[in-house]
Amino acid sequence: MSHLVSIDDVDMRYGGAEGTLAVSQLTMRVAKGEFAAVVGPSGCGKSTLMKLVTGLHIPQAGTVIVAGQHVTKPVSIVGMAFQNPTLLPWRTTLENILLPLEIVEKHRHRLRANKKEYVAKAEHLLELVGLKGFGSKFPWQLSGGMQQRANLCRALIHEPELLMLDEPFGALDAFTREELWCVIRDLHAAQGVTIVLVTHDLREAAFLADKIFVMSARPGRILREHLVPFARPRDLEIMYHTEFNDLVQQLHGEIAQARVVA
Amino acid sequence: MTIVTDNTKPASITRREPARINWVKAAPWLYTLGLFLAWELLVIALDMPVTILPAPSRIFEAVVQYWSPLLKNSLQTLFTTTLGFGLAVVGGLAIGLFIGWSKTIYAGLYPLMIGFNAIPKVAVVPILVIWFGIGTIPAVITAFLISFFPIVVNVATGLATIEPETEDVLRALGARKIDIMLKVGIPRSMPYFFGSLKIAITLAFVGSVLSETVASNYGLGNMMSSAQSQFNVPLVFAGLLALAIEGIAMYALMAWIEKRMTGWAHRSTMAN
Ligand SMILES: Nc1ncnc2c1ncn2[C@@H]1O[C@H](COP(=O)(O)OP(=O)(O)O)[C@@H](O)[C@H]1O
Ligand SMILES: [Mg+2]
Repeated sequence: MSHLVSIDDVDMRYGGAEGTLAVSQLTMRVAKGEFAAVVGPSGCGKSTLMKLVTGLHIPQAGTVIVAGQHVTKPVSIVGMAFQNPTLLPWRTTLENILLPLEIVEKHRHRLRANKKEYVAKAEHLLELVGLKGFGSKFPWQLSGGMQQRANLCRALIHEPELLMLDEPFGALDAFTREELWCVIRDLHAAQGVTIVLVTHDLREAAFLADKIFVMSARPGRILREHLVPFARPRDLEIMYHTEFNDLVQQLHGEIAQARVVA
Repeated sequence: MTIVTDNTKPASITRREPARINWVKAAPWLYTLGLFLAWELLVIALDMPVTILPAPSRIFEAVVQYWSPLLKNSLQTLFTTTLGFGLAVVGGLAIGLFIGWSKTIYAGLYPLMIGFNAIPKVAVVPILVIWFGIGTIPAVITAFLISFFPIVVNVATGLATIEPETEDVLRALGARKIDIMLKVGIPRSMPYFFGSLKIAITLAFVGSVLSETVASNYGLGNMMSSAQSQFNVPLVFAGLLALAIEGIAMYALMAWIEKRMTGWAHRSTMAN
């Protein structure tokens, strides 16, 4: 399997030589098509990791390679979604989803002439996440869970090879969160996209991921890598199995220890 | 089914009540009327001389008596104010976008703007007179100078408070600064901009009347200062009344424009 993301010995420091060392000696690899989850204590550099992979930050040491390219500027083959859905309130949901196409070099010149095709694609995505018929609604007319679904559509509209999710479900209630886990699971299966999910929810990581990276306290680095053995397609039922709970418990123990060491 | 039948009962009871007066809608008129009444009674009770505080009835008399100069000067003041305000809208929007463009420009120009805003505009009018002579031009410029600051600050704030996540999402897609400004910054700053117009228009009146009072032969400011020198106090108050009416009308117009242009901002809780 070829690696879509390779991070090698990366150091990232904020705010000059005396600033905060957010990650240090960070090394990790994510294969094409894989679903990776990153868990770790709060403030350990998980969001920093996301920004390094997307090219929003350039590390002071080490290399970040995405799709065979050295990352030295933002890479537009990724889609991003954060905990805050950040939909623009003056645009309808559909217009919000089409926004990346107005930006990405490959699409922005084609958008006007091929509007129909793109709108059809957006509506297909809306249907996939269970928002069929909501395209004409404004974001403030949607619930938090629905906004987050629309946010996922926006992250996927330009057909990114890599989807980076930074605690996307952190602000949702437990039932909505589980619904969205299934949405993400199905999107991953249907679109063959590589996903890196940052989360503090260990059950979320264990349910969704093929591989879980456990990070140390700041400065963050990878302490351990877990292969998640559960067969796909996975059902929410698996969360009641002993193997599942054992994995969650083990992750919990490792993170608790990482916090104590810090 | 039982729930439905239960619900119809209270509804039919409330429907029987007679149509009520909308007190909230009527309140501004009633309060204004109340103010004038109290004022009238106070003047009668204290037996105020008309040269100190004329009663509203005396002021309305003056309005009728001097309606022609009042109208002419009101229109002149409305003209200088609106022109100065219009310039402030264009200039304020441009400078606001310029300042909000980058953190460096913001940091560099903001103290200058504050310093400039702190200068009392009455001290600027003589300079304007030296440059442009007395009359309409200094009044327009004073209205402009006094009212463009809140517009600048609001537009720049709207740009400067773009959520970092929104910016990250777009930058990760390869967005340039201009893309982020056009797609997010400018639409986002529009509610701030339209909100600032209400403040700016009232300040514009302050500026134009100030300049007319000191350095003009036209306008309500000039009319009031000459009425004052002739001890025609009812006419001074009639001028104030005309100003208040113009101010309220323009404020209401700006509030209406604000509501029309940025309906979405009232519905959504835009993170500040
Ligand atoms: N833009 C920034 N400037 C300075 N320090 C930052 C910045 N972003 C993050 N940090 C610091 O880097 C560390 C890691 O942050 P982050 O990657 O956001 O952690 P996490 O997402 O795991 O909670 C934190 O100590 C945080 O304070
Ligand atoms: Mg974070």
